[in-house]
Amino acid sequence: MLLTISTTAEPATDLGFLLHKHPDRVQEFRQSTGTATVFYPEANERRCTVALLLEVDPVALVRSTGKSSPDFSLSQYVNDRPYAASSLMAVALADVFRTARAGRCKARPELPGTPLPLEVALVCRGGADLARGVFEPLGWAVEARAVPLDEGFPEWGDSRYVRLTLRGTLRLADALNQLYVLLPVLDDAKHYWVAPDEVDKLLRAGEGWLREHPLRGVIARRYLGRRWTLARSALARLAELGDETEEQLEPAVSEEAAPDETAADEAVAAETEEALAETPETHETPEAHETTETPESHAGEPERVKQRPLNVLRREAVLATLEELGATSVIDLGCGQGELVGALLARPRFTRVAGADVSPLALTIAARKLRLERMSDSKRARLTLFQGALTYTDKRFAGYDAAVLMEVVEHVDPPRLAALERVVFGAAKPQHVLVTTPNVEYNVRYEFLDGLRHRDHRFEWTRAEFAAWCASVCERFGYTVGIRPVGEEDPELGPSTQMGVFTRG
Amino acid sequence: MVSVPELSLVVLVGVSGSGKSTFAAKHFKRTQIISSDFCRGLVSDDENDQSSTPAAFDLLHHIVGVRLSRGLFTVVDATNVQYQARKSLIELARQHDVLADAVVLDVPEEVAIARNESRPDRDFGAGVVIRQRKDLRRSLGKINRDGFRKVHVLRGLDEIENAQVTYEKAWSDLRHLHGPFDIIGDVHGCRAELESLLAELGWQGTHHPEGRTAVFVGDLVDRGPDTPGVLRIVMDMVEAGTAICVAGNHEQKLVRAMNGRKVRVAHGLQESLDQLAASDPEFVERARTFMDGLLSHYVLDDGKLVVAHAGLKEAYHMRASGRVRAFALYGDTTGETDEYGLPVRYPWAEEYRGRAMVVYGHTPTVKPEWVNNTICLDTGVVFGGELTAMRYPSRELVSVPAEQVWYASVKPLGGGHTRDPGQLDINDVQGTRYVETRFGPRVKVFDTNAAAALEVMSRFAVDPRWLVYLPPTMAPPETSKLDGYLEHPAQAFEEFAAAGVTEVVCEEKHMGSRAVAVLARTPEAAAARFGVTDGSAGEIFTRTGRRFFDDTAPLVERLRAAVAPLWDELGADWVVLDCELLPWSAKAGELIKSQYASVGAAARTALPMATSVLETAAGRGLDVSGLLDRTRRREDNAARFREAYARYCWPVDGLEGVRLAPFQILACGDGQSGRNTALEPHAWHLSALGRLDSELITPTRHVFVSLDSDDSRATATAWWESLTAAGGEGMVVKPAVYTPGRVQPGVKVRGREYLRIIYGPDYTETLEVLRRRFLGKKRSLALREHALGLEALSRLADGEAMWRVHEPVFAVLAMETEPVDPRL
Repeated sequence: MLLTISTTAEPATDLGFLLHKHPDRVQEFRQSTGTATVFYPEANERRCTVALLLEVDPVALVRSTGKSSPDFSLSQYVNDRPYAASSLMAVALADVFRTARAGRCKARPELPGTPLPLEVALVCRGGADLARGVFEPLGWAVEARAVPLDEGFPEWGDSRYVRLTLRGTLRLADALNQLYVLLPVLDDAKHYWVAPDEVDKLLRAGEGWLREHPLRGVIARRYLGRRWTLARSALARLAELGDETEEQLEPAVSEEAAPDETAADEAVAAETEEALAETPETHETPEAHETTETPESHAGEPERVKQRPLNVLRREAVLATLEELGATSVIDLGCGQGELVGALLARPRFTRVAGADVSPLALTIAARKLRLERMSDSKRARLTLFQGALTYTDKRFAGYDAAVLMEVVEHVDPPRLAALERVVFGAAKPQHVLVTTPNVEYNVRYEFLDGLRHRDHRFEWTRAEFAAWCASVCERFGYTVGIRPVGEEDPELGPSTQMGVFTRG
Repeated sequence: MVSVPELSLVVLVGVSGSGKSTFAAKHFKRTQIISSDFCRGLVSDDENDQSSTPAAFDLLHHIVGVRLSRGLFTVVDATNVQYQARKSLIELARQHDVLADAVVLDVPEEVAIARNESRPDRDFGAGVVIRQRKDLRRSLGKINRDGFRKVHVLRGLDEIENAQVTYEKAWSDLRHLHGPFDIIGDVHGCRAELESLLAELGWQGTHHPEGRTAVFVGDLVDRGPDTPGVLRIVMDMVEAGTAICVAGNHEQKLVRAMNGRKVRVAHGLQESLDQLAASDPEFVERARTFMDGLLSHYVLDDGKLVVAHAGLKEAYHMRASGRVRAFALYGDTTGETDEYGLPVRYPWAEEYRGRAMVVYGHTPTVKPEWVNNTICLDTGVVFGGELTAMRYPSRELVSVPAEQVWYASVKPLGGGHTRDPGQLDINDVQGTRYVETRFGPRVKVFDTNAAAALEVMSRFAVDPRWLVYLPPTMAPPETSKLDGYLEHPAQAFEEFAAAGVTEVVCEEKHMGSRAVAVLARTPEAAAARFGVTDGSAGEIFTRTGRRFFDDTAPLVERLRAAVAPLWDELGADWVVLDCELLPWSAKAGELIKSQYASVGAAARTALPMATSVLETAAGRGLDVSGLLDRTRRREDNAARFREAYARYCWPVDGLEGVRLAPFQILACGDGQSGRNTALEPHAWHLSALGRLDSELITPTRHVFVSLDSDDSRATATAWWESLTAAGGEGMVVKPAVYTPGRVQPGVKVRGREYLRIIYGPDYTETLEVLRRRFLGKKRSLALREHALGLEALSRLADGEAMWRVHEPVFAVLAMETEPVDPRL
């Protein structure tokens, strides 16, 4: 992968002094990921360009990182690491130009403090918009040219890569520090395990420019990278076997929060944002607190800014209904990250609470969010969390006053619904069953929504379809049902969520 | 002589020093004896610490309970001189439906005291023994009423010394009888139909020329026109030793009425009473004795067959207790009654997971149906239905129609309850499991792998009724040392030759997406075999059990039309095919774009930029020649990489452009009976599939290789080279016929250019590093998954219950979540 930095400040060859690299020499630097070569394709009074070429051997990269590699794409031999600028380049840059990055130059002490006209060229991920978003506030003019995926298949469109040219007049040390932070941000992947001291590194390199940056929240989160769990790699493996991308098997829990955000990630992110927020004049930025990108967060008219999210309204409706029914033991079937389970536990009237989900990852996150390990004995004794699937009969589902299927049925393939019905209404058969599901008629009210509300939804029902399904379940399993609206209600389209309250006998 | 049941709880009773432990050690296995002293030691590190006694008995009860639930004969070595102690053990035995016997060791007081004094670890005085002996004396008067099946009292040292322990078989244990059997459903006094059925089955009087044994599932009596006549036939056969009979609830009630007990006369009892009143009193007495002596269930044929009137859940097989008998006679009732006033029956068969076949009657149905290896033969002859028998072991059903409606049914036959033999239970798949296969050692599935598989199975897989097979993974051969190659046919040939294989087949690898197609000739055939009742006649799914497209029905329809010639050729109305779906891009479009094409785009943008910068630098005299060479070579590699994936992409519009390449007929059959054809030679598969002529079907090119001929090997190697020169995926080498043992079912030999897709564009630059790859785990997985796959097919072919087919299929998916090098 290649990065070039040019200057037209005369004499341009001063760049050599600033970088501590002689323009007429070709120098090699061993890196843990490959070899970095520094040379100058042009070096004259008017224009001087330094090139940093990092030769990455993906095979060696895989063999050296082993199983605990944090970035799944790295454990694949087929990856863009040798070509696209990334944290590998950032680390090489920081190492090779260490002195320049610190703003020191013994030979010409006045040079580091002087802004120079600079031009940086590279190929990277992240897209033109993000590149502009992160570089323009820092004084760069950004030129981003999209790279097509494959000329042989024009219908495939553009790739995720851009050829980026940055032009601006900055101090070289600032430019290097910005590249050091922002290359991994554009790439959105770290080649090494993100350790707690990464926060310090970020703050040091960001000194003087990051705190005021409007996208500092995005920068912090992307710089600090992602953590991956084993459960996720198992899914990823199966995705690969099935000729699919990992996202195509993504857990259905992402409706509430990013699935890969573990408690540890949240702690690191919070710490960073706190550190960044220490200046008194910070102003609220929407990106810093974005947690969900479901259409539901865009619900309603734009002027009603502080509308409560639909998932909260839904949870409250379910809780109120359970209390009204007099249920004291409740099982949440498809509990996801345990939001409802937590709310139930917070109310002492629910003496027995259970959460079941098919995703081990969701259950791990739920256990963490509920602070299972630190829960008091008396509270812990009221709670059961376990993995179960709604298409397999399961004795553990039985014995509760009420079962809740909140936004669950629409994640089941229609041919498998019959099995779910038998498992819930036929075998577990609690006194009450609460089923919530989107009302598809309402979807036109979501301005940003194209298609269904979540990529894992297998269907969404109209009010009539939901009513027909409820009636059929009642007839076959001996229940009666009342259908209630949840959330914003449109006089013609109905409510955004519909809830069936089933009672046996 | 102390005679105890083979499966029972034996409770030793005697004061300390009465010699219980010595007696136990002499007569029973060490592992069968659970002593209170031992448990006291376990919970306190001191066998004589009396303060730990409550904890010790908790433990003792737990151990005894676990043993009894597993059907193990168990002896309790504790004083048990008090009623309370014995009572709790009897309750424990009853909980597990096991009989309990007591063995009392009654020794003179002074002997016990002297023995205790001689033991240094016993520090309690004579008072303890005297007190225990007082308890024992008090107990002996009424111990017979404790609830033991038998109390064996051994008085004095001689009796104890000379005692012998013998074992009694359970009455229900007829495991030594192997049949063949003709199992006959509820007769209910329909003599004429019974005579016709026996004739149809080939019986001549009380004998069958093939030496078959008749098994009656009970309810011979009531409702019908000739209960005495039916009893006479059955009693004669039983006395002749050619039939056995279990009790039905109607015999039970009839005999109570005949014994003068007060019973409510209903459900056709009056008919029997009237008919018997008109019979010879001697016959009536014979019938009463016969019915009084009927047992509630039998276990036959080495435990492979269980017969009980209303069926029997697995936990009750060979057990004896009031509730076992009640279950066998009346079934598992929920306590509720339906709209006809009849008891609602708990669907125990849907939960049944036992390996023994359970045959029963009791609940009239229109047509006998298999539910998890159980079948009900009551087809309501007395209500105008049929009298049905099943031939065992062939499972063939034989029926004769009722001559008339003999008794009006209050409820339509088999109506009311919708049951689904396809309902799976979480315990069929969850947790660490061992799956038995007949094609290799049993396979262990770890709970973490099962957990990951459960998510995928539940969220993404097709209906499990279609999901009868998942293909195993396939390993490459040993890594080639040939210059420029990672994989080469030579290693594959060598490997099979070393395993004693003489002939292999090399099949072209299509580089599409692996697909399993399950197809039925008609929707009716699909319903009959797969229990799918939505009118569909097939499904096609990926190697992780997912649907290929949102709607696979049009593809299934086209494929069914394409394979139509197979129906007659195979004599089948359903078939399972192993295929490759082409093009790769049809399923892998997203993956190709996000993974392969992306890397190609990045490479083909970044490398020319680097080359150009290096050329400029070289132009001003800098020495970058080595780097420039390498970068130019990488540019070339990137172009070859792009060619390798692009040749497997072509635009598909709906189904236009989609092709299927079937290469194996995994199983086929006609209704419930089928064949595991995966065991057929590959020549058979390729020739049968090669005759399919359709635009949808892509043939699988292949060559057979005699491994002892160098020419033959060379020809195949040249063929492989021609296949792969332009980026072709390569070939699969398989033994030409099924080879049991630890021989790989096939290995894939991939082409040099194709491997750029797997190992990256520049892999040829680092061959030495890549040659250090570890095949062991992959090869072991391939063997285990292959055994699981064949097992699933055999279970399917044998008409086994759905959960039995699902078990190995699920296990394959679970194995696939194991982290192995995904490039192998």
